[in-house]
Amino acid sequence: MDKTQNNKAWFLVLPVLVVVAFSAILPLMTVVNYAVNDTFGNNEFFWQGLVWFEEMVTSSRLHEALGRQILFSAIILAIEVPLGIYIALNMPKKGFWASVCLVLMALPLLIPFNVVGTIWQIFGRVDIGLLGHYLAELGFDYNYVSDPIDAWITVIVMDVWHWTSLVALLCYAGLQSIPNAYYQAARVDQASRWAVFRYIELPKMAGVLLIAVLLRFMDSFMIYTEPFVVTGGGPGNSTTFLSIDLVKMAIGQFDLGPAAAFSIMYFLVILLVSWVFYTVMTNLDKEEGK
Amino acid sequence: MRLRGSAFVMTLYLLFLLVPIYWLVNMSFKTNTEITSTFTLFPANFTIQNYVTILTDPSWYMGYVNSIIYVTMNVVISLTVALPAAYAFSRYSFMGDKHLFFWLLTNRMAPPAVFALPFFQLYSSVGLFDTHIAVALAHCLFNVPLAVWILEGFMRGVPKEIDETAYIDGYSFPKFFVKIFMPLIASGIGVAAFFCFMFSWVELLLSRTLTSVNAKPIAATMTRTVSASGMDWGVLAAAGVLTIIPGALVIYFVRNYIAKGFALGRV
Repeated sequence: MDKTQNNKAWFLVLPVLVVVAFSAILPLMTVVNYAVNDTFGNNEFFWQGLVWFEEMVTSSRLHEALGRQILFSAIILAIEVPLGIYIALNMPKKGFWASVCLVLMALPLLIPFNVVGTIWQIFGRVDIGLLGHYLAELGFDYNYVSDPIDAWITVIVMDVWHWTSLVALLCYAGLQSIPNAYYQAARVDQASRWAVFRYIELPKMAGVLLIAVLLRFMDSFMIYTEPFVVTGGGPGNSTTFLSIDLVKMAIGQFDLGPAAAFSIMYFLVILLVSWVFYTVMTNLDKEEGK
Repeated sequence: MRLRGSAFVMTLYLLFLLVPIYWLVNMSFKTNTEITSTFTLFPANFTIQNYVTILTDPSWYMGYVNSIIYVTMNVVISLTVALPAAYAFSRYSFMGDKHLFFWLLTNRMAPPAVFALPFFQLYSSVGLFDTHIAVALAHCLFNVPLAVWILEGFMRGVPKEIDETAYIDGYSFPKFFVKIFMPLIASGIGVAAFFCFMFSWVELLLSRTLTSVNAKPIAATMTRTVSASGMDWGVLAAAGVLTIIPGALVIYFVRNYIAKGFALGRV
């Protein structure tokens, strides 16, 4: 759509700007302030320059957390995106059962994060959990409290349980917008199931799929509550992701300087990736518009 | 044949979603001794004592009230500021609009962990600590950009001729916006409200950091009670079940919008 050039539109944007500035820019400036100063309380600050940044860039603790974080996000995306598409393709198109599926699938999305953690905690425990109990009975040596591999599996399965529905719902919406004529044309051409998926459904889903990937990437990259409730970052440090490490550092140990430097770099990484996604997305929009 | 295959896949997936929830509900109807001493698939001594504990103790049920208050405030604030802005983004091009839009989106991407401590200090210094409005404003950080994003997608679908016709008919901008434009994107507003509700309702880190007593959300009440009194599994499970109910109700009411809304808009 052609847009009118009108700088007065700024007035319409102003309320958003004020609200977001209050809740984003002010706190961010505080973080920057902490990142370049040392403080012993009482609002006394001593200029440190980039010392904290250097400390953080070379800290093995940060590297390990970052490595775990990237691995986690990669696994999550690799499981949830294909599974979400697959589920969306299998959902009933309309009628009573479609509503039932929609409501039940949206259910995990609206459970508070820590309750998700609680659910999986009591589901997985060997002594009182359904899953833990049966795995133990089948002879698996499953214990997410002491075994790092089991802890990882639990956290990943929990995330798949929690968020695959979002991907599926988005893809489902994309599928719904495909006119029936496309399928009829495919049938006339005797296209195979795979061809229908590859040349009709996938391109039509591309837009929403990108949003799904973006949302899932961002949210998995800042995951905090669920693994914190279930494993507390343990055993050892095996499930300590970036956010958990950051909160430990800032609120647990009160190392404000390093934590702030950490925050800024963390934010920059997310920003960079998001910018890439955003550029791809807007280009895709333009192509569709042509 | 294909239909039955789909049904099978869906059944399997829904089972995977529902079994953990079933276990929570199951446990909420058991006594603590039954939970820890025996392993039963159904509650042997069916009890509603856990729910009674929650619904008669103000320190528990006020958590729900607090959560609902700040979530509602957040949805109202987010939509009020996001509507005009989304209109501006969808209709006009102005200096710096693309950069502004991206900057807004980056706030949706900001890790709450980064903001937790500065928020705490900011709201303490202006005397808003432990109030509902503080949490509502803090959640605006990610909900306002999201609402702008969703609404802009919907508004782009409304032809511009409608605006122009309304102006020719002598509508002022505010009157046009409320009387004509908002009803046209009602489903978009519904979807945006749904997402704001959802993200504000499920968020824990910020709401826990910004409250201590008066505005403490239910999610934080749960974590604290667990650490204070050992493991009262039954009550914990019952509290969990009660946090699922508002979400389930909201989904039930917007179920027809979700599919439609997802398809029209961007999210």
